Amino acid sequence: MFDYENLRLFTWAVIGVLLIGFIITDGFDMGVAALLPVLGKNDTERRVMINSIAPHWDGNQVWLITAGGAIFAIWPSVYAAAFSSFYLAMILVLAALWLRPIGMDYRAKIDNPQWRKACDYALIVSGVIPPIIFGVGFGNLMVGVPFEFNELLMLNYKGGFLDLLTPFPILCGLVSLGIVLTQGSAFLGLKTDRELCARSSKLTVIVATITAFLFIAGGLYSTIEPGYIITSPMVTDAASNPLLKHVVKFDGLLLHNYDAYPLLWLVPAAGVASLFLCSIMALFQRSGLAFVLSSVSIASVILTAGIALFPMIMPSSIMPSHSLTLWDSTSSQLTLSIISVVAVIVVPIILGYTAWCYYKMFGRLNNQYIRDNSSSLY
Amino acid sequence: MFTDVVDLSRFQFASTALYHFIFVPLTIGLSFLLAVMESLYVMTGKTIYKDMTKFWGKLFGINFAVGVATGLTMEFQFGTNWAYYSHYVGDIFGAPLAIEALVAFFLESTLVGMFFFGWDKLSKRQHLSITWLTALGSNFSGLWILMANGWMQNPVGAEFNYETMRMEMTNFVDVIFNPVTQVKFVHTVAAGYTTGALFIMGISAYYMLKGRDLPFAKRSFAIASAFGMAAIVSTLMLGDESGYELGEVQQVKLAAIEAEWHTEEAPASFTLFGLPNQETMETDYAIKIPYLMGIIATRSLDEPVTGIRDLQANNEARVRRGIQAYGLLEQLRSGNKSPETLAQFDELKKDLGYGFLMKKYTDKVTDATEEQIKQAAKDTIPTVAPLFWSFRIMVACGMLIFTVVGLSFIQTCRGKIANNRWLLRSALLAIPLPWIACEAGWFVAEFGRQPWAIGEVLPVNMAASNLPASSIWLSLAAVYILYTLFLIIEMYLMVKFAKRGPSALKTGRYHFEQSENQLDRLVDLH
Repeated sequence: MFDYENLRLFTWAVIGVLLIGFIITDGFDMGVAALLPVLGKNDTERRVMINSIAPHWDGNQVWLITAGGAIFAIWPSVYAAAFSSFYLAMILVLAALWLRPIGMDYRAKIDNPQWRKACDYALIVSGVIPPIIFGVGFGNLMVGVPFEFNELLMLNYKGGFLDLLTPFPILCGLVSLGIVLTQGSAFLGLKTDRELCARSSKLTVIVATITAFLFIAGGLYSTIEPGYIITSPMVTDAASNPLLKHVVKFDGLLLHNYDAYPLLWLVPAAGVASLFLCSIMALFQRSGLAFVLSSVSIASVILTAGIALFPMIMPSSIMPSHSLTLWDSTSSQLTLSIISVVAVIVVPIILGYTAWCYYKMFGRLNNQYIRDNSSSLY
Repeated sequence: MFTDVVDLSRFQFASTALYHFIFVPLTIGLSFLLAVMESLYVMTGKTIYKDMTKFWGKLFGINFAVGVATGLTMEFQFGTNWAYYSHYVGDIFGAPLAIEALVAFFLESTLVGMFFFGWDKLSKRQHLSITWLTALGSNFSGLWILMANGWMQNPVGAEFNYETMRMEMTNFVDVIFNPVTQVKFVHTVAAGYTTGALFIMGISAYYMLKGRDLPFAKRSFAIASAFGMAAIVSTLMLGDESGYELGEVQQVKLAAIEAEWHTEEAPASFTLFGLPNQETMETDYAIKIPYLMGIIATRSLDEPVTGIRDLQANNEARVRRGIQAYGLLEQLRSGNKSPETLAQFDELKKDLGYGFLMKKYTDKVTDATEEQIKQAAKDTIPTVAPLFWSFRIMVACGMLIFTVVGLSFIQTCRGKIANNRWLLRSALLAIPLPWIACEAGWFVAEFGRQPWAIGEVLPVNMAASNLPASSIWLSLAAVYILYTLFLIIEMYLMVKFAKRGPSALKTGRYHFEQSENQLDRLVDLH
């Protein structure tokens, strides 16, 4: 069996990889869906957009499901605390995501303009709502969530749905929407041709630039937000009990990890740089590079938030010592070992066959293709 | 109707799970049948098998979409509505869910897109491999989910840890080879195969009755009836095996299903029908078959089957020990970790769950009154009548399906099925039966687990999230409104495409297009 401390670090990275994988892959599905009214001028164009993601969106969504399952298995108390505290927000995400399979799969099966319009709205909701809420959720994790435990480790959440909507989390929600839209339009630049491709590239330039500025604004605003610091000695390989440590909440110290290790600033810097470069590449119609840079920016943005929190996962704003950290909220050593072994073996295989699928479906779609295959396509 | 958030969360979970389970069995069954059909296409090179794969694949897709949408809810609902459950057993329960997503669901979902859109991009063999892997993925997915569910019924390979205040895995192999899981998995996927088979048989029978697309319908029917025959036989046999397994590990559930109030002398008789009465703890107007129960539950003629009254009395003793265990746990949690306390706790901790039952009645568990203890012991027995009846509905549906599929299979082998109109009509009418059986079976398994979320470890009343009722009402409203809408659209599309038949593929080879083509030709001639 592996060392408990290293397992805890490794599985933190596993969750990180799954979340990044989710936003990189499903990000363009959500982005394309959200951009339907902006880029698709008529039904055929919207079908081109939808069919550019049709073979892949279902597999991409599994990154989210896997992240959910992995958080359950790796950080059971975080899974419990986060999803029950953000209850209505979670239900809203789920409801939005329910609409996607319906909108995708059923849209072309009824030849009626009103029906297709309804499906377009369903897809737009499924593309806009989840990234905003994921961003807002992350923002709330960073500034702390009002919860505490009783002696049996039962959770008591003292906030409501509207308490989630403070300025910094909202800014995070906008950044999240921004990276998803950038990813969506960059993907369309790669998968479409002629006017639709030109329009997508033009939009990528704009959205990537705005997102870069939103991300910088988030960074500046975060300097007034609180940071959580463990002030008692931390045993990193003890049984998981989040009630044994002492944590203090310091105002304005959200970025304390970056102050302690200035090299870490490279990560958010990479986020800003890749967004600007993505914008430039899109301007020169280098759609492949634009897409890669947009994906890099997603990884950087998520990592930026993860580093700011480390080793916190879900700090408590009302009882900081009850905060959930990666040292005292994980599963047992045995469970972490099992999940790690499975992940190490299976994730490369997943990446392999996913890449094969994209390779097989490679190529730009156009209006003619839709007309020729009208009955078998979405 | 619902007085507290536990009931609301239970109702929401039951609704979303039963709803999701409308789509799962058909996905599991059809995915395999599609693979069989496509294999025939690749082996024989006959286009009709390709058309069959594509057409039934279209119906598979309509079903799959709602399955995907509603499966998402299941993955997150443990966290949203069952926070303490997630904390308390995530160490064991989370693992199969995470592994399911990694090894099975990824495969199924990534490749299913290639199944639909890869016909022109992949070679024949590549596409066939995709179809088989999708089927394997959906079946493996079922295995891991049922492993998690089997563990809820029979929590093996785990132990309570007072330091972390939760159950922790001690042996993963035990969790994988949980006997309940093994039986449940084969019974459930076989039920899925039956569902898929009868679905194709019923719709093909409709085409034969209408005299349309006969070669297409006959071939589909033949494949499905052979597959269905094997499936329903396995379902029934494994169902019987579940009965035996229950006799071993879930005696309360078995006794409740059978309304077995008293411990009978071996071999126990089987109550065919009757009206179970929870108040008097008797079954009124019972019709019994001698010996049968003893044989099903113990595979012997001399072992008794324990009745509800005895089980309840036994559970009362466990509640008392559970209260002691709870008291010791409080001491351990507050820092008194003397070896005596630990030793005592270790001895009693397997009954800790019974102590948690008292939480429903009092916050100070150790001060529970005699009356409260009696009430908690009574709570350990689920309401008998719904279980008794759902079980009988499931079995009756299974027998009917066996008859229809069996006769159809025989007539198909004799080559006389197309002329046997009453049998075709019964196959068409039998389409809903597997769904009724599946839902009833799922209900028996889950309602029979009450009052436990995790069998004898964590009661449902402790497992729920501490949420305001208003939040759950809102989520319930969202679930009911949207799910109903989805079901209406899904059914509409299913009926629309099933009625249209293979003509929906627009290949020009099938009924409706041919009559249209002929019309076109007539128009041309004039």
